[in-house]
Amino acid sequence: MESEPYYQTIAELAEQLDERKLSSVDLTQCVIRRTKAVDPAIRAFNSFDEADALAQARASDERRAAGKSLGPLDGIPIGIKDVIAVEGQPLTASSRMLENFVSPYDSTVARKLKGAGAVCWGRLNLDEFAMGSSTENSAFGATRNPWDLERVPGGSSGGSAAALAAGEACAALGSDTGGSIRQPAAFCGVVGLKPTYGLVSRYGLIAFASSLDQIGPFAHTVEDAALVLGAIAGHDPLDSTSFRVEIPDYRSEVRKRRGPWKLGIPKEYFGEGLDPEIGAAVEAAIRFYREQGCEIREVTLPHTRYGIGAYYIIATAECSSNLARYDGIRYGHRSKEAADAVDLYFRSRAEGFGAEVKRRIILGTYVLSSGYHDAYYLRAQKVRTLIRQDFLNAYRDVDALLTPISPIAPFKAGEKAADPLAMYLCDVYTIGVNLAGLPGISVPCGFSKSGLPIGLQLIGQPYQEAELLAIAGAYERAHDWSTRRPDMDKSIAAWNASSAGRTFG
Amino acid sequence: MSDYEAVIGLEVHVQVKTRSKMFTRAAAGYGFPENTLTDPVVLALPGTLPVMNRAALDAVVKAGLMLGCEIAPVCKWDRKNYFYPDSPKNYQISQYDQPICLGGSVEIELPGPARNVMGEHKRIPLTRIHLEEDVGKLNHFARESLVDFNRAGTPLMEIVTDPAMHTADEAFAFLTALKTVMVYGAISDCDMEKGQLRCDANISVRPAGVATLGTKVELKNLNSISFVRDGIAHEIARQLAIVRSGGKIDQETRDFDGQTGASQSLRSKEQAHDYRYFPDPDLMPVKVDDAWKDRIRASCPELPFEKQRRLNRQYQVPYTITSVLVPDRELCDYFEKVAALSGQPQVAGNWVVNDLLRELGQARISLGECKVRPEDLAALVKLVSSGTILTPAAREVFAEMFKTGEKPEGIVERKGLKAGASSDDLERWCREAVAGDPRAAAEFRAGKESAINAFKGPVMRAAKGKANPKAVDETLRKLLGQG
Repeated sequence: MESEPYYQTIAELAEQLDERKLSSVDLTQCVIRRTKAVDPAIRAFNSFDEADALAQARASDERRAAGKSLGPLDGIPIGIKDVIAVEGQPLTASSRMLENFVSPYDSTVARKLKGAGAVCWGRLNLDEFAMGSSTENSAFGATRNPWDLERVPGGSSGGSAAALAAGEACAALGSDTGGSIRQPAAFCGVVGLKPTYGLVSRYGLIAFASSLDQIGPFAHTVEDAALVLGAIAGHDPLDSTSFRVEIPDYRSEVRKRRGPWKLGIPKEYFGEGLDPEIGAAVEAAIRFYREQGCEIREVTLPHTRYGIGAYYIIATAECSSNLARYDGIRYGHRSKEAADAVDLYFRSRAEGFGAEVKRRIILGTYVLSSGYHDAYYLRAQKVRTLIRQDFLNAYRDVDALLTPISPIAPFKAGEKAADPLAMYLCDVYTIGVNLAGLPGISVPCGFSKSGLPIGLQLIGQPYQEAELLAIAGAYERAHDWSTRRPDMDKSIAAWNASSAGRTFG
Repeated sequence: MSDYEAVIGLEVHVQVKTRSKMFTRAAAGYGFPENTLTDPVVLALPGTLPVMNRAALDAVVKAGLMLGCEIAPVCKWDRKNYFYPDSPKNYQISQYDQPICLGGSVEIELPGPARNVMGEHKRIPLTRIHLEEDVGKLNHFARESLVDFNRAGTPLMEIVTDPAMHTADEAFAFLTALKTVMVYGAISDCDMEKGQLRCDANISVRPAGVATLGTKVELKNLNSISFVRDGIAHEIARQLAIVRSGGKIDQETRDFDGQTGASQSLRSKEQAHDYRYFPDPDLMPVKVDDAWKDRIRASCPELPFEKQRRLNRQYQVPYTITSVLVPDRELCDYFEKVAALSGQPQVAGNWVVNDLLRELGQARISLGECKVRPEDLAALVKLVSSGTILTPAAREVFAEMFKTGEKPEGIVERKGLKAGASSDDLERWCREAVAGDPRAAAEFRAGKESAINAFKGPVMRAAKGKANPKAVDETLRKLLGQG
């Protein structure tokens, strides 16, 4: 099964495409067949357009035939999280609010992927407006974890992680506001990279929390992640928060840089509530780096415990404003019952948004309200500065930090849905990276006894993605975790056995 | 009015004249078909982001420098959150706690005792100027309302005065002066009919001599400068009538109808918004350093009233001329060229203010469309002063210049309007006139000065009116042996 094209790496596929052993049309058809076979069970896709994907693939094959290949991504089907605009494709944010919205424009990352020849493939499910950690908050149905369909794939980019893990795409784009790339990557056993804030343009990414959101790649390997990152990174005049920085050839940097590195272990990230199996897997990774000659140092990020509070104030404040545009006036869901303009707002938004989105809009509206603004929003911003300073202090002594991604293993669907606060607390190891604007990567680092993937987080210095990828690559090369793929036949059979009467077409 | 004093503060919105909108490349403009000046950013489509238009920031910095404001070292953006169908994002990108311009003032001129006499000048202090984006426009129909987003996202300056005016005339003079400065700086055309300048007024009254402000009423929808004056006068009268009869002013927003001259309450202050301002995370603060300010300063024109004082000083042209010239910067430039080229500023001033403006008005064209070039008008002035043509002929020449753009010399030649034609002719006519009246010649030579006039009628008749009286006089005197 591992030899199937849909389970190979971009690096491998690109070679076969270049050598004409495989065409993009064949590869894309293979991915489409796979998607049709497994997605009824996984539900990673909100939608896909077969004809459009094949047309892109044909164009790629024609380029290669004419000797005009656009590079290693040319002809590779890459799945897109359904918050990233691709011209002519639905853009729903997994919300009733945008159920029928088709984007009339390309996001900058979509434009860049197309420029690199990639096949923009499908619309991947997420927690509505990227708010959640399990992809259960999708208005169109939850995505399941390919390793165990009883369990969640993580979130909010659960569709991206699950699609890649199940062979429904060769890479995927997600977005990460508080861990939304790294945590699902860990839950689904793939590599997920959240770049430094400002490295990748946010133009065309439906905003959740503008100061925290970043688009990043999901891939089977660190090398593949480097390839996709190289295609989407870089300054964009359409995004004022994008940074002017030289974009290196990440793939060759990953091969070139060999360490040894000084790695910091933040003690606050190994405290109470960490699943012992995850703790053990991460400890093993630490041992590996030590054995490779890396200097391992304990560091402290003393303001970590204020992170969740600050994060949920800043993120909700920004989202309360960012989501104000969904009002039923210009596009999106419009209530048919409205009596006047104000009533139209109330009804359209009441009908269009799900419970978690409403919860966060209300929370954000509250923390920005006159009289509360200083106590909440302003204080949260101060905490944010302190948290960033914590990281920068640590980086005086070390090159990168090593931590778990999630304190818990992929949980069962429905298990935490009733307790939003418990769900928020699971973001504890990932949100610091967003608050500080740093790059973070999730790399598979083992499996639990029950066969669930475990992720290792490496946190880098601002705009030092090349170094971060190299550190991750050193670990990956010495382990086979990234080569493992879920056995979907087994997963589907187990799921069918455990839930009588449920079948997949 | 002596027992009470009115206090007026204005909030003026001025659309900044830029090619594109405040935060996107979509074109800015007026009078285009509905919803054609839009793009994904203007319509706030999912995923779109704002990018600041530097030309708009340049313009507001220029306004600030011209009005003597302190320019903030950093331009920071905030979101003002409120729902309204004409607001695509349901927040407006604006500046809350760090406006780009602080302080400054506008010099105004109050009406003089007569139209041709300069009135009192004073300075109205400004609180702040900030930059924001305009909203769209709602059009209400019988069963529905439609939104036109052409205006949405247009750069908009908000200029806030201190509560420092006391009469409707002051407010009128303020807006007139502000508009002139904005037009001078090419910051805005300030056409109120196109909504490029909009004004709200905060008005209160208090007993004379009291320092604290009374309860204010906000007057909205004042859509011409005259309506601002009328609305304020009406509101002051309304408030005075209330307080003088022992009543209390309610804090409210009122709408003044310039056509009917009446106002009505729009809302009371209890319904005030909480705008939940916070820094816009999509926009980075922009540093406005000294080099930036110096660059803008170099592009700031002379202020209108400074120009008026200079014209008066430099050219000795009177208020009746400068008061007409100064509101129009192009007209001033035109005048100065004619004045310099002709060397006769007062005469040039009269030509520009009387003849040129009259012709422009009759033809209903602007100075920019005028065919008479300043150097040609200067040449005409010189033709008169040199005695080559006479004033009545000059008016005829000017009318022709205005129509065709032809140079005055050509017209004079073609139409044979040269005063006195050749000196040979003139001398011949004079000789004949002297020969024809020997008695008068004898009387003149005997010392009767007035006798010379007896020759002038025949000379002029012979010259068919084209002889220059001065030249006739000189020639006659020469022939009579006294020249």
